[in-house]
Amino acid sequence: MNINATLIGQSVAFFIFVLFCMKFVWPPVIAALREREKKIADGLDAANRAARDLEMAQEQATQKLSEAKGQAAEIIEQANKRATQIIEEAQAKARAEGERLKEQAQAEIEQEINSAREALRAQVGILAVAGAEKILATTIDPKAHAQLVDQLAAEI
Amino acid sequence: MAAESASGYIQHHLQNLTYGQHPVNGWSFAHTPEEAKEMGFWAFHLDTLGWSVVLGLIFIGIFRAVAVKATSGQPGKLQNFVEVIIEFVDSSVRDTFHGRNPLIAPLALTIFVWIFLMNLMDLVPVDWLPMVAGLIGGEHTYFRVVPTTDPNATIGMALSVFALLIFYSIKVKGIGGFLGELTLHPFHSKNMLVQIILIPINFLLEFVTLIARPVSLALRLFGNMYAGELIFILIAIMFANGLAMGGLGIVLQWAWAVFHILIITLQAFIFMMLTIVYMSMAHEENH
Repeated sequence: MNINATLIGQSVAFFIFVLFCMKFVWPPVIAALREREKKIADGLDAANRAARDLEMAQEQATQKLSEAKGQAAEIIEQANKRATQIIEEAQAKARAEGERLKEQAQAEIEQEINSAREALRAQVGILAVAGAEKILATTIDPKAHAQLVDQLAAEI
Repeated sequence: MAAESASGYIQHHLQNLTYGQHPVNGWSFAHTPEEAKEMGFWAFHLDTLGWSVVLGLIFIGIFRAVAVKATSGQPGKLQNFVEVIIEFVDSSVRDTFHGRNPLIAPLALTIFVWIFLMNLMDLVPVDWLPMVAGLIGGEHTYFRVVPTTDPNATIGMALSVFALLIFYSIKVKGIGGFLGELTLHPFHSKNMLVQIILIPINFLLEFVTLIARPVSLALRLFGNMYAGELIFILIAIMFANGLAMGGLGIVLQWAWAVFHILIITLQAFIFMMLTIVYMSMAHEENH
């Protein structure tokens, strides 16, 4: 319980510890603390920003989606229209083609009839000449009577 | 210890390991309390100094280790622990001290942790470390392990704080401002003559206020820790007085130790807080 030089020693030790603490302990730790505070604040800011961005993005996505849906509906409608149009066109074309074919067929038929008729005529001419030959039992010069025969044939 | 009388036991526990200049023996260890007394001022309590320096080095070592590796990323367990203390001290300083001085916060931190560690030695059972010292230095080696139960330690720290208080008062307010603060408050008069009469009265009042700061700082800590130590010693005496008393002693020892956890923390905190307040006063113009 004596008061003695111990208190001087204690003071010296005290100042040394305080100075060491001030130079080598406090600044790095407090700097780390401040930096972390800043990091956390930045992180919170970023999180807020991200949340806002997300909301905006979601809004945009919804908008885009509805737009796309509208477009799709439009396209489908157009396609349907087009399909109907194509069908109609095809029907018209088919119909026209049918007509054409029918006409062509008819023309062919007529041609066939005509050629058959010609052939028939020729045959009839020959037959008539042959008949006449037989009837006349004479030799007739076909060339001399060709005109007559043709005339005959034309009358058939 | 049963062989010793109770008062002898207590006295033995309240005597420091003293090394000093004895008028007869020269620089030597004191073998009796009387010898220690005869040494006068030029003597050192080696136990007080040793433990306070060791504990200070533990504090500095741990905190420096953390400071070297301090990262702003995810802190480890030790860093977290240190950061909690530093954050606590920092917020205490910010709340009270509004000036700009890079010394105050580390000063407060050192005071808080160092005093806490010194007080913490009180929780080590009173006979353990003295017994070890006795084994090394002989049976009658005096050895006290709680530096803050030595008034030299608390007065030493309080005087250091007081020196800083005076230093910053003069640095911030100038020598005139500081003297003005001591002599022109609380009574002030426009009349020159009256003022001259008032100056000694003011000085007396303010000087007592000023001196009361380190005295109260030192004696509050010393008183609390000394009383706590004394109670631990009294409880320890019970262990020598039979099984029933010993059993009661164990219970009391435990209860007092638990209560003491509060006291040692509180005393460290009060010392720190008052230091901050005094420093804050030293930095404020004309309160």
